Amino acid sequence: MIETQELTRRYDKAAVVDAVSLQLPEQAFTAIIGANGAGKSTFLAMVSRLMPASAGRAFVDGLDVATTSGDVLARRLAILRQDSAVTARVTVRDLVAFGRYPHSRGRLTAEDRAQIEDALDFLELAPLADRFLDEISGGQRQRAFVAMVLAQDTDHLLLDEPLNNLDMRHAAGMMKLLRRAVDERGRTVVAVLHDINFASCYADHIVAMRDGRVIAEGPPEVIVTPSVLEAVYGIAMEVVSVRGYRSVHYYR
Amino acid sequence: MPALANVALMRLTARPGLALIVGLLALLAAAIATAFLTIGARGRWDFVLAFRGTKLAAMVLVGVAVATAAVLFQTIARNRILTPSIMGFDALYGLIQTGTVFLLGARGLGFGDPRLAFAVEAGTMIVFALLLYGWLLADGRRSLHLMLLVGVVLGAIFRSLASFMGRMIDPAEFVVLQQRLFANFNAVRSDLLLPTCLAVGAVLLVVARLLPRLDVLLLGREAAIGLGVDHRRNVFLVIVLVSILVSVSTALVGPVTFLGLLVANLAYMLLPSYRHVHVLPAAALLAVVALVGGQLALERLFALDAVLPVVIEFVGGIVLIALLVRTGRR
Repeated sequence: MIETQELTRRYDKAAVVDAVSLQLPEQAFTAIIGANGAGKSTFLAMVSRLMPASAGRAFVDGLDVATTSGDVLARRLAILRQDSAVTARVTVRDLVAFGRYPHSRGRLTAEDRAQIEDALDFLELAPLADRFLDEISGGQRQRAFVAMVLAQDTDHLLLDEPLNNLDMRHAAGMMKLLRRAVDERGRTVVAVLHDINFASCYADHIVAMRDGRVIAEGPPEVIVTPSVLEAVYGIAMEVVSVRGYRSVHYYR
Repeated sequence: MPALANVALMRLTARPGLALIVGLLALLAAAIATAFLTIGARGRWDFVLAFRGTKLAAMVLVGVAVATAAVLFQTIARNRILTPSIMGFDALYGLIQTGTVFLLGARGLGFGDPRLAFAVEAGTMIVFALLLYGWLLADGRRSLHLMLLVGVVLGAIFRSLASFMGRMIDPAEFVVLQQRLFANFNAVRSDLLLPTCLAVGAVLLVVARLLPRLDVLLLGREAAIGLGVDHRRNVFLVIVLVSILVSVSTALVGPVTFLGLLVANLAYMLLPSYRHVHVLPAAALLAVVALVGGQLALERLFALDAVLPVVIEFVGGIVLIALLVRTGRR
């Protein structure tokens, strides 16, 4: 269970995230949407203890992320950030193996190796497993990082723009995969998404942020409407229904 | 070194290629060390071996310390062209030496118990590093890059202070001082070897326990925190270890910082592994090979007409550039 109480982040006087109190549904896919600068990534960074909160608290499974020790949280919560650059010469399999660190502290067991191969297969990375990270494309690298996060085998996954650098095929594949992580493995996935249509088609729950506040939350049927989205993004939106999924047209 | 090497050997068995490379480096280091002890020896063996053994021990200690410090520092800085010297260590050493001569005269350098002088020098450098980086890292928001920048600026201040005092020193005393400012293994005091050995050994024991965590630090702050590694605490711990290694080795023989850059990069290029359990022993062995080989060349080829850093930097620099150009083309 991920919960926040009045979570706030200020720079000088300006609040980037302003007293956000949320309870995110368990074993469900939550998408956080909002314009640039709405505070989505900052919110996620505070929940994942990468950034201290100026005020308020965040809990994962009832554990306060500010006071719980890092390795306890690392077995409950995995995080994927935007553009993670690695300077060392690391292969895809090496990177995925790092996901097992919270469990094995660098001494891989048979169980760890099985999880690593499973994560590689899950992301169709097996053919690339022995390539170095600087020898593969940005999208492949992004998938390798997601595989590492999955190998961490935590109940909660927090992903900051997991569709970064992915083409349409792999973006749809990534969303299907996150959906499967929820449906088949009972994980709780929280992802910052810029593509509203992906959020609409795959998420169970959508949190819409603007100027550091949550202005709406609920299932896609409630959030993906012209009035809510125009309040979120400040541009005119047309919502159509295709095969029962709401889809948004805003291109011109 | 032995503790680290044992751990390394145990884990090396998984990848034969790595074991082979590290094994060959160990053989090379042993061969050069033997050559250093025996070539051109005349007279009584017990004297020759004790005399050369002291030098050899100093070179092994300094090589291991400098190589380990460089690799650790590059890991937390996530940058392969920096060495701990960017934190202003050798500048501070130069300032301490110059200040001593300036205030007490050249006799000041040989004044009092050398073990006390060693403790004061090494202690000053460690305390300086801890104050500076402890203060900088106390607030999590300050970045490592800010810390490095402060180190660069302080280094420049120390250097200009030292050169200012150097101008006012009597020229004859300045010559004595200058000898101190280059690394020199010809006048190593054997009574300082034991304290250095204890300090380096203690650091290596800690490093051996940190090995998997160091690998995680290579991924950067956010990924490390995500994997449950307390980034700030571990970076500070590594800086403490690096400070101790650089301080004791500099206080023992003088500054040899380029060597660290050289052997760390050679190790990255030679080994098909990023893991510290492989990289650290390889870099340490390379450093021993470079120092002992350089000293051998210095004594036998140049008849002690040059200083060791010049030999190492000249030959090592060429090797490094050649390797960089070759890997760049691949």
